Amino acid sequence: MADYLNLRLRWVDGTDLGGCSYIALVAHAAAAIAAGKCSVALITMAGRPRSTGQSVGVKPRALPPDRPEVPFDSASSWTIAPMYGMAAQRHMHQYGTTSAQLAAVKVAASTHAQHNPHAMLRKPVTVDEVLASGVIADPLHKMDCCVISDGGGALVVTSKSVALRSGRPLVKVLGSGETIQTNAGGRVDLTATGARESGRLAFAQAGLSPRDIQYASIYDNFTIMVILQLEDLGFCKPGQGGAFVAEGNLVAGQGALPWNTDGGGQCNNHPQNRGGVTKVIEAVRQLRGEAHPAVQVPGCRFALASGPGFVLGAGHVHASLILGRE
Amino acid sequence: MTTDTHHPVPWADDPNVAAQPENRPFWQAAEEGRLLGKACKACGHFHWTPRVVCPFCRSTDTHWLPLSGRGEVYACSTLRRASPPYTVAYVQLAEGPTMLTNLVDMAEADMHIGAPVQVVFRRTDEGRMAPKFTGVR
Repeated sequence: MADYLNLRLRWVDGTDLGGCSYIALVAHAAAAIAAGKCSVALITMAGRPRSTGQSVGVKPRALPPDRPEVPFDSASSWTIAPMYGMAAQRHMHQYGTTSAQLAAVKVAASTHAQHNPHAMLRKPVTVDEVLASGVIADPLHKMDCCVISDGGGALVVTSKSVALRSGRPLVKVLGSGETIQTNAGGRVDLTATGARESGRLAFAQAGLSPRDIQYASIYDNFTIMVILQLEDLGFCKPGQGGAFVAEGNLVAGQGALPWNTDGGGQCNNHPQNRGGVTKVIEAVRQLRGEAHPAVQVPGCRFALASGPGFVLGAGHVHASLILGRE
Repeated sequence: MTTDTHHPVPWADDPNVAAQPENRPFWQAAEEGRLLGKACKACGHFHWTPRVVCPFCRSTDTHWLPLSGRGEVYACSTLRRASPPYTVAYVQLAEGPTMLTNLVDMAEADMHIGAPVQVVFRRTDEGRMAPKFTGVR
């Protein structure tokens, strides 16, 4: 992109954290600006996985055998969908979570996506339709999975003095956190996400708690991942995520925590198989009051964008960002 | 799947074996139907996947030990979209660590959390023998 636009740069960050890269890069850019390393940071991404026929969830990734774990793990031909299937199975086993509760995440996303003319899946769906959509990897159904879409996104991060000249509503980075959730030397816990740590760091820096958040963009590659992160971010107690979503708490204008009001990865888009950038974009829209009127949170002052990179259960990154309306 | 005797790729030429000389004892043992794991002499704990540095105490005094090959299913998921479908699992070994693997030759009703399983070895397309798990008979 720098070459395409012939930009003259004085600071570069190519950190690749998978899907959450663009959440973490906002924090990296804010730190660089605060340190005087640059004045305006441009974060971009785009990709065409749908046009090029990628089926990332059900085909094994070709990973190089010189990565330490690969010769041992790749013999299983693991793919992304059964990893999240196993996480869902554990959550059901430990807490009694049901497939119908998972489906409530899709229902909430589709309720929002009907207002988004760009969403891939605009038709509101019911719990029964999710449960009838066929199993991809037990116990996950087709409609528990996000879409595969072409697309892209961009974010501009700058100092307050420059931002004031834009004439646009100001959104400030209040807190951020990032971490790597390892497989702990073989002491695997598939219900634990990096959101526990990235969220804790972000809330601590912002001086806020989950009850202050009026809108949340939470990465939704699979419905179970939303439930796990809601618990790990502190929006509900461990094991209560299924009940929390089934009560309609994610639905704008109805629940306690309006979530992914663009339709999210479940219904809107998942460009380059990476949902981080659109999570930040919708949070900024909410804070500026520029979301669709049907899903706009009135007087939205504090928002969260949070998500994983790479794959739960195979070692994943996690990044969280708390943003505030100035 | 190719049979052992007619496999075109010798196991030691599998790129997954060749890339990591320090783990050759594991694949040699697998060829002989034995499951090895790594434990730390300093803290005594088994870990997985095998490392030269203990992930718990950071000692470099890790060594190969035979594993019982017994464990129980921590989680499993059958990929229905694959043809034919196959089951990915995390199996918690009796010695503690949890291993990413497959469940093979098991009835669907037997594949559940907590199911007792034992190791069997299957040759991969790349050439090496790899540990899988099946029901305890």
